[in-house]
Amino acid sequence: MSLAKITQVTGRAVYVPGNDIDTDRIIPARFMKCVSFDGLGQYLFYDVRHTPDDKPTGHPIDKPEHKGATVMLSGANFGCGSSREHAPQAIHKAGFRAIIAENFAEIFFGNSTTLGIPCVNAKHEDIAKVAAAIEANPQLEVTVDVEHLEVRFGDQKIPITMRESAREGLVAGRWDAIGELLEAKDATAALAAKFPYMTAS
Amino acid sequence: MPKTLFQKVWEAHAVRKLSSGHTQLLVDTHLLHEVTSPQAFGMLRDLNLKVAMPHRTFATVDHIIPTNPGACEPFADPLAQAMMDAIRKNCQDNGIVFFDRATGKQGVIHIIAPEQGITQPGMTIACGDSHTSTHGAFGAISFGIGTTQIRDILATQTMAISPLKVRRVEVNGKLGRGVYAKDVILHIIRTLGVNGGTGYAYEFAGEVLDNMSMEERMTVCNMSIEGGARVGYVNPDETTFAYLKDRPYAPKGAAWDEAVARWKACASDPGCAYDDVVKIDAADIAPTVTWGINPAEGISINENIPDPATAATAEEKAEIEEALAYMKFTPGAPIKGTKIDVAFLGSCTNGRLTDFQEVAKHIKGKKVAPGIRALAVPGSQGVAVLCRELGIDQVFKDAGFEWRDAGCSMCLAMNPDKLVGDQVSASSSNRNFKGRQGSPTGRTILMSPLMVAAAAIAGHVADAREVFPAANN
Repeated sequence: MSLAKITQVTGRAVYVPGNDIDTDRIIPARFMKCVSFDGLGQYLFYDVRHTPDDKPTGHPIDKPEHKGATVMLSGANFGCGSSREHAPQAIHKAGFRAIIAENFAEIFFGNSTTLGIPCVNAKHEDIAKVAAAIEANPQLEVTVDVEHLEVRFGDQKIPITMRESAREGLVAGRWDAIGELLEAKDATAALAAKFPYMTAS
Repeated sequence: MPKTLFQKVWEAHAVRKLSSGHTQLLVDTHLLHEVTSPQAFGMLRDLNLKVAMPHRTFATVDHIIPTNPGACEPFADPLAQAMMDAIRKNCQDNGIVFFDRATGKQGVIHIIAPEQGITQPGMTIACGDSHTSTHGAFGAISFGIGTTQIRDILATQTMAISPLKVRRVEVNGKLGRGVYAKDVILHIIRTLGVNGGTGYAYEFAGEVLDNMSMEERMTVCNMSIEGGARVGYVNPDETTFAYLKDRPYAPKGAAWDEAVARWKACASDPGCAYDDVVKIDAADIAPTVTWGINPAEGISINENIPDPATAATAEEKAEIEEALAYMKFTPGAPIKGTKIDVAFLGSCTNGRLTDFQEVAKHIKGKKVAPGIRALAVPGSQGVAVLCRELGIDQVFKDAGFEWRDAGCSMCLAMNPDKLVGDQVSASSSNRNFKGRQGSPTGRTILMSPLMVAAAAIAGHVADAREVFPAANN
């Protein structure tokens, strides 16, 4: 299976402040009643973007100047909570192609990179620099350079980090493992044969 | 060289190293439910792939199932019915065992896999649900995964994943009166943080864990993920083996003896090296309740709700303020006495037989306070049958609880059981996130089952040791 190499993502950015933004907040459970991921984008952060009587709250994502943003900025422990892939899928379907945060919850990180969404870590103060720059100029293009581990915006740049195996997978176009996993059919069967319960009875 | 259980199980299941640096790991047992699997079957069909090992794949329906007794299909909610139809068809088409309601074995996936003896020590287990960590109670390495990984396992019985560091979390001493497994894990998460376990598997150990029943160990491992640890486990011992003996999917005869020998050998070796060790004194653990919007925001029943004015950093202050604004609680006020609207007893954390047994012992002759909606939801049809045989369901009904059918129910409220408006719920479930129990403004206070019962009877957050003077362990 050939995949695009994801070396960098460039686009306008939006800052969604807060720590411990959990998967229930990213996509409330009631919108998970679906048998496909299509259409999840509209429910991204639904309860934060809408009042209980369904009026817009003026969330950063809904501000006209951020329409079409492809890079999301946030705080620490982004994506904590459930393993639901609905969360990164909603982010992806809403048009986001990279997330910059202080750090990510484990399962969310794995789910996102498997979809080809780079999740990169930056320091709190560095994220604040990017946030200030886009606040001053929402049209500013932000480049998340996965290959060289930096984020460039205007005439500034900040360092980022990312788990090497995930970075390598994106840059080499191997972020979705299915092709490689399928190649090891015989080795898998041989290993499975060592466990008595793995044999079909 | 002495090794941890995690290392042994990992090494035994590593197929090979992938070019990305991840390990291709053999998954022994793949568990499915209706929320996260239909999209994976769709991906499989798109790629024209088959299920590699249907006999190692087990499915049930839990999240969307209505729990009102005797709910028939088609369900009132067409979306729920569509998900039901999809999992039923996907299992049928692919030869996967499906614990449908008619089998009498349906229930929350993390309750029925142990109950059926499918969950065994030394296994690798995966499921598209973060509370898969529950199965670690048996000394299995069990991962919550996303839907694309479900596709990977369906197609290959393997997944791409990197190993974790291991932190031993040792709880020593003796738990006080009215202190339960739920309090232990809420205390651990409060101590280590909601993010503290990222990158780690937690090995839960020490005298307290040694003395726990399997059901109590499941409660502790269940919430590993709430502390950021994807995996939590307890080394298998005689308690584990006794639980598994004669379960439907447990090995029988000579195979049983071989299995026990294998299970004993996978436990962490004496003297093995851990990446980190944390020791907790059981005497420091009190009945614990959450006051905020993540499971680490907990306090003991006799503490006061935090005051942002006393926060150490600006960030901490902002977090407390956000939580208090959502919960509509008064800074510095006692949590005890907080009025509740709903009491929920159930979920993959606390919907097991012993949870209902323990509560039933104490609520006999007592009544749920007027105006409180109290739900008791067994985690599986199996649990419901045992409760009925023991007369436990009647005890709950007599006390004024609604006794419901098996399912996830109001834990995340993907079924009709939901909070309304800004109702406050005393809940035995695992998450108090904003909107978690089905209302965007609903408020959840996590606590042990007996504390939920105490809140239901008092009508407000109460100390179970005071409401039930006989409460013990």
